[in-house]
Amino acid sequence: MSSIGFYLGLVFSGIIIKNVLLSQFLGICPFLGVSKKTSSAVGMGLAVTFVLVLASIISFAFYYLVLVPFQLEFLRTIAFIIIIATIVQLIEVLLKKYMVNLYKSLGVYLPLITTNCAVLGIAILNINNGYDLLGTIVYALGSGLGFLLVILLFSAIREKLELHDIPKALKGLPIALITAAFMSLAFIGFGGIL
Amino acid sequence: MKISDILKNGIYRKNPILIMLLGMCPTLAVTTSLANAIGMGLSVIAILTISNVVISLFRKLIPSTIRIPAFIGIIAASVTMIEMLVHAYVPALYVSLGIYLPLIVVNCIILERAESFASKNTMLRSALDGIAVGSGFTIGLLLISFFRELLGTGSLFGFQILPEATNMLIMILPPGAFLTLGIILGVMGHVKNKKKEELENE
Repeated sequence: MSSIGFYLGLVFSGIIIKNVLLSQFLGICPFLGVSKKTSSAVGMGLAVTFVLVLASIISFAFYYLVLVPFQLEFLRTIAFIIIIATIVQLIEVLLKKYMVNLYKSLGVYLPLITTNCAVLGIAILNINNGYDLLGTIVYALGSGLGFLLVILLFSAIREKLELHDIPKALKGLPIALITAAFMSLAFIGFGGIL
Repeated sequence: MKISDILKNGIYRKNPILIMLLGMCPTLAVTTSLANAIGMGLSVIAILTISNVVISLFRKLIPSTIRIPAFIGIIAASVTMIEMLVHAYVPALYVSLGIYLPLIVVNCIILERAESFASKNTMLRSALDGIAVGSGFTIGLLLISFFRELLGTGSLFGFQILPEATNMLIMILPPGAFLTLGIILGVMGHVKNKKKEELENE
């Protein structure tokens, strides 16, 4: 299980084949909400990737070092959501103090990440799929980059859509959802590679 | 607000899926069949009612500065309860809902109702609001999964209705979820625009 090929496959499947947004439907709210402009999409994507990796590592450690020895596995959901909320809060405080510029550019998106299903979803999937620590990090990183890639592509398409003549009834979200459908279809095409 | 208003708002005037567009992750993920939609819908009704009741009972005790973490804690506890119940009594549903069952914790609808309704209203009203909004959510899920199951597998609740030759596999794959919701919202927008035009012409 612990060969290099396995980890490479994990990254690849996280980014493209089992994309968090287009095939697992995790993190759809920010996907539809924060994808009107490319710049905000990049900010959101980077913030999500960062929190995703950090939260996955800490929840992994907490699960195997605290919950499993005390046989408290059923508290997983509660423990993970508290860990994620704490991490987001901590990052916000640290950024505010030490990296003011980054804080200003990410500021709005950080608190939103607590309720992003992608973060909790990947933390739970890591445990469900039985990955080891390296697998957890690699899978979280792949999923985060997949999120970044798709939200960036999607926001670029939406910027173009603004300029086109779309039937009145489809303007805004309906056409965005239909666009996402075609993107998802294209990503399914990669499924045969692995 | 009258009791009938609470019901109307939850079920159709402010339908969480079709009007407010909240809770999109489970909406898109579990609507591959009507049975899944009902399982998800009932779980959300139960969780929303429990969390609304508990939060409204404690609304005067929770300091407003830490209300969001407190709400999330209460919601996570109710989700864990329902998760364990489903695991024990309906294992088939537990498997088919997969990680989307624990993910109800981060479903925006539940936090939104806690923040905007349960933290300001009495217990009975909050319970009613939980049932109404949960039912609205279930109706949205059923609408989407009706089209996806019918067009994707030609069946409804597992009963074959259309011949197999008309099945479109894409409808039960991820793209079908985006497509169905997009088209439903488009049709609703069209009807709304038509009504507006009629009102203006009169």
